[in-house]
Amino acid sequence: MRAMREAFAETANDLVEADDRVAIVLADISRTMFARAVRHAPLRVINVGIAEQSMVGVAAGFAMEGFHPIAHSLSPFLAERPYEQIKLDFGYQGLGGSFVGSGGSYDYAGEGATHHSPGDASLMLAIPRVQVLVPGHGDEVDRLLRATYANGQPTYIRTSLATNDESHVVAPGRLEVIRHGSGATVVAFGPMLSRTLEATVHLDATVVYATSLEPFDRVALRALARETPDVIVVEPWYEGTAAPVIASTFPDTPVRTRFIGVPRRFIHSYGTWRDLDTELGLDAAGIRARL
Amino acid sequence: MGTSTDPLSHVRVLMARATGDEKHEESTTSSLDALWVLYDRILRIDPAHPMAEDRDRFILSKGHGPASLYAILAAKGFFPPDRLDSFLEHDGILGSHPDRLRVPGIEASTGSLGHGMALAVGVALALRAKGQTDQRVIVLTGDAELNEGSNWEAVMLAPILRLGALTWLIIDNHSSSLPMGPWDAWLAPFGWDVHVVDGHDLDLLEAALATRHEEQPVAVVADIPRGEW
Repeated sequence: MRAMREAFAETANDLVEADDRVAIVLADISRTMFARAVRHAPLRVINVGIAEQSMVGVAAGFAMEGFHPIAHSLSPFLAERPYEQIKLDFGYQGLGGSFVGSGGSYDYAGEGATHHSPGDASLMLAIPRVQVLVPGHGDEVDRLLRATYANGQPTYIRTSLATNDESHVVAPGRLEVIRHGSGATVVAFGPMLSRTLEATVHLDATVVYATSLEPFDRVALRALARETPDVIVVEPWYEGTAAPVIASTFPDTPVRTRFIGVPRRFIHSYGTWRDLDTELGLDAAGIRARL
Repeated sequence: MGTSTDPLSHVRVLMARATGDEKHEESTTSSLDALWVLYDRILRIDPAHPMAEDRDRFILSKGHGPASLYAILAAKGFFPPDRLDSFLEHDGILGSHPDRLRVPGIEASTGSLGHGMALAVGVALALRAKGQTDQRVIVLTGDAELNEGSNWEAVMLAPILRLGALTWLIIDNHSSSLPMGPWDAWLAPFGWDVHVVDGHDLDLLEAALATRHEEQPVAVVADIPRGEW
């Protein structure tokens, strides 16, 4: 199975070769992964050094000239440090570009909370026009990036080390029904799907898969929850991040909602992302216990 | 100033129509001469086609005090002068920080300080990638704006990337609460070709702003002593 970061690099290299309006802007992170793009079009692959505000500003400069820029770094240094550049240089200016973050929420657990970003999706949601996508498999990174890189909107694609067991034919703004049941509807975002399926195997629940937080398929979820107005969200970022999206899905229907995600506290322990999943109740056993 | 021999007298008349941003008056007036030189003598931009591919690009990084820029754009025919009468008004297009989606001739939406340098570097790189080697990119910052650290990432970057298309115009009206400069000692080691000139001398400004090298970016500091805004 391809890791998401490698899948992203492969697709980005492909896009540079296939579309002369694609530019990659880096801030040192992953700089060796784009050799193919550099060989093909060295003027469209720029490493600005460890300078994330410039990375996003430079990417916006490319967008002002009609390019489809792709900026990439670890999630905290892409979504948080240059947040105002994404908000103003892209959002306010009406420009489009791809922001591909790796490492969310705490993949690099040994590095500590400076390298965590469970708040990234909330931040991105707060910027009008931004799409927030969360693939759960390397092949889905490829599909989502190809589907959105030239869409004229800022698009945040959140990749992680954690992946699902298999990929799905995903698209922005679409829910996939993975398992039908007559009870609650469980919405699993991105890399939470496989563990959610395992955690809910004993339940008569519908399990749907979302790789798109914004746009979100509100019509489909409304239809699924019509009979049993009980929605459980399993999310890979701060729990409750999807709450505004779910709330706006049911503007005039009482629905019971629960959110299972990363607790809103700083993490002061280390190990691997799997260790933190266990600590925070986000492995299959933890999710089952929190249902 | 304001005499019949003043080449900018018609611009000053236009600028007087854009009222309500007096808190940025020093920023507005201290930029006027350099902006006039840019639009009258340096930049190749057709007001009838302000987004033409072969234009030079100008980015007002500081965003503050844009009434002088608006007046010049109106004088040059980018939009009708009566737009100046609705400056800051709800039914107007001209805010106290410019919006590229509303104002013809405005290249970038700015106002939060420290964004324009990186945008300009990106535009210069994009022009290079498109093979548009003749076009120039000129970015204007204030001296106080340069307190923002984000500028310095891009200031360091531009010479390393050999962006000869890039010119950085600093309006040094000594408004920074931190002492800034001396500019040559500060910027030359980064790799910039630094020119410090009288910010009210149109000919000296023109000579400095006309400087362009193949690979080395140029910094033009328009010095405006306090009280001569």
